[in-house]
Amino acid sequence: MTLRKLGLYAAALLLSAWVLVPILLIALAATTPREDLYRWPRPLWPERLSLEVLSSFARQEAVLRALGNSLAVAGLTIVLATLVSAPAGYALSRYRFRGREAVQLGILATKMFPATALAVPLAVAFIRWGLYDTLFGVALVHTALSLPFVILIVASVFRGVPAELEEAAMSLGASRVGAFLRVTLPMALPGLAAAAIFTFILSWNEVFAATLLTVNHRTLPALLVHSVVAEGAPLHYRYAGGLFLVLPALVIIFVIRRYLLTLWGVTVR
Amino acid sequence: MAEIRLESLHKRFGRVVAVRDVSLEIREGEFVVLLGPSGCGKTTVLRLIAGLETPDRGRVWIGGRDVTRLPPGRRDLGMVFQSYALFPHMRVFDNVAFGLRMRGVGAAEQRRRVQEVAELLQIADLLDRYPAQLSGGQRQRVAVARALVVRPQVLLMDEPLSNLDALLRLHMRAELKRLHREVGSTTVYVTHDQVEAMSLGDRVAVLREGQVVQFDTPTQIYDHPADRFVGSFLGNPPMNFFQATVDPEDGSLRVEGVKFPAPAAYAEALAERRGGSVLVGIRPEHVSVGAGPLRGEVLVVEPLGAQKLLTVRTAHHVVKVAVGPDRALRGGDPVALGLPEAHLRLMDAHTERALPRR
Repeated sequence: MTLRKLGLYAAALLLSAWVLVPILLIALAATTPREDLYRWPRPLWPERLSLEVLSSFARQEAVLRALGNSLAVAGLTIVLATLVSAPAGYALSRYRFRGREAVQLGILATKMFPATALAVPLAVAFIRWGLYDTLFGVALVHTALSLPFVILIVASVFRGVPAELEEAAMSLGASRVGAFLRVTLPMALPGLAAAAIFTFILSWNEVFAATLLTVNHRTLPALLVHSVVAEGAPLHYRYAGGLFLVLPALVIIFVIRRYLLTLWGVTVR
Repeated sequence: MAEIRLESLHKRFGRVVAVRDVSLEIREGEFVVLLGPSGCGKTTVLRLIAGLETPDRGRVWIGGRDVTRLPPGRRDLGMVFQSYALFPHMRVFDNVAFGLRMRGVGAAEQRRRVQEVAELLQIADLLDRYPAQLSGGQRQRVAVARALVVRPQVLLMDEPLSNLDALLRLHMRAELKRLHREVGSTTVYVTHDQVEAMSLGDRVAVLREGQVVQFDTPTQIYDHPADRFVGSFLGNPPMNFFQATVDPEDGSLRVEGVKFPAPAAYAEALAERRGGSVLVGIRPEHVSVGAGPLRGEVLVVEPLGAQKLLTVRTAHHVVKVAVGPDRALRGGDPVALGLPEAHLRLMDAHTERALPRR
């Protein structure tokens, strides 16, 4: 093995460890029985594992309600983001129009604006519009946050469907819309599904807006942050909550990782 | 079946003029080939007929109907794309039946007509497969079947053979010709391959820089190219061209100092150009070897089986000459060349357009 290769593998290993070690630690802590967790000195590797902490966490009514809220917000976000990003992505992928580059850059540029600077005006505006502390309000913000990525992903998905297929459908008697529905959409569906799942994860993990804009209708991350910061929740509760949040994202990313690669323009077909 | 009429079509993309003032009249049931080098606008003309592009100016008529503003689906045409554009998520049957479904044809009738066209194209045993499971030649047949099943007035083909290997291309070329004879639909076929154009077309339109340079039968285009471009684009190897001066007194031609009698057909055109210069074109197979007033030296001999191709250097020109396979000539041999009067094609020295013949 050459030195260069060795360096490459070492870097990859380091990077993976940087991501995986915290996940492993949180998973271990969450599955350690409560009394072991508070023992001192604590063994690096727990002597026994149990699901007791996790299951008691998951049985709390507040947690269940927050879980429901999270799912509702994520679902709403997917619907809203799809409604906006599908036409936008299609237009970016198919048409050459004046200012196309500018639009594409502008979409990404919104990401450069710090969300914290918007926090107070946003809260004020939402209170005024009656959107404060509603799931729809949170979903709106999540949609706005996810759109820059999702539009570019969707555009690249549509770009992967050759325009000639649509033209063939049109030459055979389909309208523009018909060609889209019968040819482009079915072929883009796996990619669009992956984009939807990506949106789901963004919304599922989002803390800032969810904390800021809700009081009674908290999503799961917001609930955890609140209980840790404001109420000083005990250690085992924090670990259980952390794992609870990480797991779905991990599983989903693992399932759609092949699509995510194609989404970002790397063709691995 | 329908005739197609294109009335001074213009189309530009940004600053590039793709099609300028193209007018063509294509007769009912005719097989017309649009031929030209890449970027000459031939595909754009086809897409204008199909309705996949809208002209900036001009009109498109199909079967006496002005279809300029109609979407592709309402022009009653079938199109075969260069990439075939088969729908990868549909079986061959559904691919072929697509146009019938769009027209609201009933399921039983769909099956009957797909079966019929599948037999015509010998793909009946492939109907259950997906496009990815087909070879290039099979995909091509499916693409043609899909275009034909709706019995279009007009069949459009965009370089349909360019993705096939040489042998299959030869085979499919003959197939397409048979198909056209059987189906008889007006066909417009785009290619940059002059052999395809010559063998398939009832008439060939040669395009260059967005304009139709010549629109005629293949023989006419080969024998009487409208200008130097057509002469050198068609034919393999292309036409030879000599610089010649016109004798001020009797209108005869002087090539490399050798006097040639003025071809009778051009007598009038040459009379106007006495003392001036012209281009003399002649096909490689018409240059006579062994006897003649031009002196040259054989540079290269290429035996091609049915014929031998010579590259000969004369005083001021390099000439391609096709001779029979039995001619024993080798590189370095001196050779005498003759330019038979009947096969000379004269062109203006500046515009490079063919001089009028009587």
